[in-house]
Amino acid sequence: MKLASVIVLASLAAGAAEAQELNLYTSREPGLVEPLLAAFTDSTGIKVNTVFLKDGLAERVASEGESSPADLLMAVDAGNLADLVDKGLTQPVESEVLAAAVPENLRDPGNQWFALSMRARVVYAASDLDLDAITYEDLANPEWKGRICIRSGQHPYNTALFSAFMAHHDAAATEEWLTGLKTNLARQAGGGDRDGAKDILGGICDIAIANSYYVGLMRSGKGGEDQKAWGEAIKVILPTFENGGTHVNISGAAVAKHAPNRDQAVQLLEFLVSDEAQKIYAEANYEYPVKAGAAIDPIIASFGDLKVDPLPLTDIVKNRQQASELVDRVGFDN
Amino acid sequence: MIAGLVLVPVLALGWQAAQGSDGLWSHLARHVLPHALAQTALLMAGVGVLTAGIGTGVAWLVTAYDFPGRRMLEWALLLPLAVPTYIVAYAYLDMLHPLGPFQSAIRAVLGYDSPRDFRLPDIRSMTGAILLLGLVLYPYVYLPVRAMFLTQAANLVEVAHTLGTTRRQIFHRVALPLARPAIAVGVSLALMETLNDIGASEFLGVRSLTISVYTTWVTRSDLAGASQIALAMLVLVVALISIERWARRKQRYSVSAQRARPMARQPLAGPARWGALCLCLLPVVLGFVLPAAYLAVEAWERFRFAGLSPRLWAEAQNTFVLSALATAAVLACGLVVALAARLFPQRGMGAIHRVASLGYAMPGTILALGILIAAGGLDRWIGRTARAAFDIDPGLVLIGSGLALGYAYLARFLAISIGGVEAGLTRIPRSYDQAARTLGHGIGSTLRHVHLPLSRAALAAGGLLVFVDCMKELSATLLLRPLNFETLATHLYGEAARGTYEEAAIAALAIVAVGILPVILLARVGRAPA
Repeated sequence: MKLASVIVLASLAAGAAEAQELNLYTSREPGLVEPLLAAFTDSTGIKVNTVFLKDGLAERVASEGESSPADLLMAVDAGNLADLVDKGLTQPVESEVLAAAVPENLRDPGNQWFALSMRARVVYAASDLDLDAITYEDLANPEWKGRICIRSGQHPYNTALFSAFMAHHDAAATEEWLTGLKTNLARQAGGGDRDGAKDILGGICDIAIANSYYVGLMRSGKGGEDQKAWGEAIKVILPTFENGGTHVNISGAAVAKHAPNRDQAVQLLEFLVSDEAQKIYAEANYEYPVKAGAAIDPIIASFGDLKVDPLPLTDIVKNRQQASELVDRVGFDN
Repeated sequence: MIAGLVLVPVLALGWQAAQGSDGLWSHLARHVLPHALAQTALLMAGVGVLTAGIGTGVAWLVTAYDFPGRRMLEWALLLPLAVPTYIVAYAYLDMLHPLGPFQSAIRAVLGYDSPRDFRLPDIRSMTGAILLLGLVLYPYVYLPVRAMFLTQAANLVEVAHTLGTTRRQIFHRVALPLARPAIAVGVSLALMETLNDIGASEFLGVRSLTISVYTTWVTRSDLAGASQIALAMLVLVVALISIERWARRKQRYSVSAQRARPMARQPLAGPARWGALCLCLLPVVLGFVLPAAYLAVEAWERFRFAGLSPRLWAEAQNTFVLSALATAAVLACGLVVALAARLFPQRGMGAIHRVASLGYAMPGTILALGILIAAGGLDRWIGRTARAAFDIDPGLVLIGSGLALGYAYLARFLAISIGGVEAGLTRIPRSYDQAARTLGHGIGSTLRHVHLPLSRAALAAGGLLVFVDCMKELSATLLLRPLNFETLATHLYGEAARGTYEEAAIAALAIVAVGILPVILLARVGRAPA
C-alpha cells in the first residue's frame, strides 16, 4: 500500500526537473495569482509550479530548509512578509527595475521583499448616510455607538490597521481607541469584509471597516447579482489618520533564501511590476497598483484620490504583536 | 511502532513549545483564557448533550420500531457526515441572514419592506454554534450506537420483553446501559471534532481555545506559544478520555456466543408512526437537506453564470485517490493496534493505544505543523546524505511525494479506525480466540478466519468514516501537499479565503457528492451485519 501511494503521489507531483521553470509558494489565493502567472508564462516561456499555502508558508519553507524547492514566496500583508525576513527565509534582490517601480515606503529597506499591489482599509457607509469624510480616530466616537461592522480584530487586515494607529499615536491611546471602537460595534466582530456591505444592506450596521478591492468585486457583478446589490447599497469613504493619510496594506513577494531558480524568480518579480502585470492587478483584482502612473480600475478610482499614509510599512508592522495583544486586552472579539 | 508514529508530531510540538515564549501565559491567563475556556466548555457541553441525545434517540427509533420511511431514514440519518462543518455554517449564515430567504419570507408575511424595520437575532452566537455542530456531528454517535443495538440488543431485549418490561423501560434499563461504550466513543469523536473546529467557530464568532492557538501562531507569529497552548489542550483531552474509560473500567460488553441478529421491530400505529418519522426527519433535514439544497441552488446559479471549471474533475480525482490510499493505510494500522491491544492486554498496550488516539484530539493545523517539522527535518537529512554519498539531489522525498500528507492523515484519523476496529472486536467473545488457538490457528490465521469475518461490518464502517474525514480534511492537506496538487477542499478554501464563496459552491457540492457515496455504503454495510 505504502509503495502504491509513493508511486501514485510521486507521479502526481512529477515535473520538477525541466529547465525553464520556477516554484512559487503563495499565500495569495490561486484564483488571484493565476492570470498573472499565465501572462508571465506567455511572455517568457517559463513554467510556474505553485503551491497555495495559507498560514503555514513560513513554517513550511523553514522546515524544508536548504532542500526547499521554493523560489519565490508570495504573501498578503506586510506583517507576513516581515515574518519571512525575521525567520531568515529570504534573500535580498538588487534590481533597478524593482527599485524604480516600487516606492520606498512599500518595500523592505534591505530589499528583502517588494510590494506588488496595494489595498486601502476604507469605510463603507450606507449610501443614504450623511457622511462624506471621516478619520480613523473618529470611529471610536460615541456617535457611532452600535453602528459599526468589522471582521475579527485578530485578522491581519485589522491588526495592521491597529499597528498603524499605534505608529501614529501610542499604545495607551490605541487601547482607549480600541475600547471605543469595540463599544461602537453593531454585532460581534467576525465574518469577512464583504459581510460589512451585506450587513449594511441587511440593516445590521450603518458603516463598516473593510478593504477597498471588495467593492470592485461586488459592484462589477463578478460575484453575481446578490453581491452587486450589496456593493450598490454602500458608498466608500477613504478615511485618513488625523496627521497622516489612508492606511494601506500590500501584497508582495520575496525571493527564497535557498531558491534553486533564483534568476527566474527575479524575472517573475520584475514582470509583476511591469505595466502589463500592474494592469492585471488593477483590472482582475481591483487593487491599487504600486507603480506610479499605472491605471486604476474606474470603480476604485471613483472613491477619490488615495492619499497613502506616508509611514513606512516596516515601521507599522513592528507593532503587530503588541496590537494583537491589545485586541485581546479589550476583548475586541468577545 | 504505529503509536510512535503518532507521537512524533507531538514530540516535535513539544520541542517547539520548549523554545519558550516570553510572557505569553500571563497575557493569556489575564485576557484570553477565562473567556476562551468558558466558551469552549459551554460549546463542548452543548454539542455533547445534543449529539448524544439525537444520535442515541434516532438510533433506538430506527432499530426498535417500524414506521413509514424507516428504511430510508436508516441511511439518510448518516448524510450530515458528508458535509464539512464549515460548509454547513456558511450555508446557514447565508440562509438566515436578514437578506436571506428565511427572513425575507418572514418580512413578506409580516408586511415589512426593509430589514431595517424588522430582523431576527443574529445566528452568530454560542447557541447557533451548538445547534449547528450538534446537527452535523450527531452521526458520530448514531453510527456506533445503532451498530450496537443491531447486533447486541436482540437477545437482551427479548429476554427483558419476556419478563414483561415495556419498550420504553427496555430502552432505559437495557439498551441505554448497553450502548454506553458506543455513546462514549461517538460523543468523544464528536467532541474532538468540535474542539478542533476552526472554520465553523470562526464563522459563528465563537472564541474557543483552538482559535486562541491559531491567533497566537498566526497573528503573533509565536509558534512556540501556540504549541504550548495546544499541548495544554491535549492534556485536557487525554484526561477526559481517561476519566471516561476509568468510569466503565469494570464493565464487559462482549455478550452472546450466538450469531448476532437484529431484534424484531415493533410496528408503530396511529400518530406515533408520524411522530417517529418527523423526529427522525428533523436532524436529516436540518443537518443535511437544507444546507445541501442551498449549495445546489448556489452551485447551479454559479454554473449558469460561469460554467464548470475544468480543474474540478482533476481535483475530484486527486481527492478520491488520496483519500482511498490513506484510508487503506489508516485502517490497516488501526487493525494492528486494536488487535495488539486484544492479544496482549498487558498494561503497556492500553497506554500505547491511547497515545495512538492523540492525533485526533489535536487541532488539525497544529498536528500538521508537528508533522511538517518532523518530515521537513527528515527530508533535509535525506537530502544531505544523498548529496554527500551519491552526489544527487533527491529534493523533498517525503513532502514532495505526498507521503508526509499520508502520514498526517494516518496520525490524525488513527483514532477513528482503532475505535471502529475495536467496536467490532469487543463483540467477539475471547472464547473464540481461545478456541481458534486451541485448534492450532496462529495469530494471522485467527485474524483471517475469526476476527476479520466477524468484524467486517465494523471495519467497513470505520474505513468509510476515515475516508469521508480524509476527503474533508483541510488544514493538513493545505500545509503538506506537493506542488501543483489541489484537492476539492483546498480549492474550496482558496475561494473561501478570498471571500468568493460563490465560486466555491460547486467545489463544496462536489465534496458533499463524493462524501455521500461512502455514507450510503456505510448504511448498507450496517444493515446486513456479517
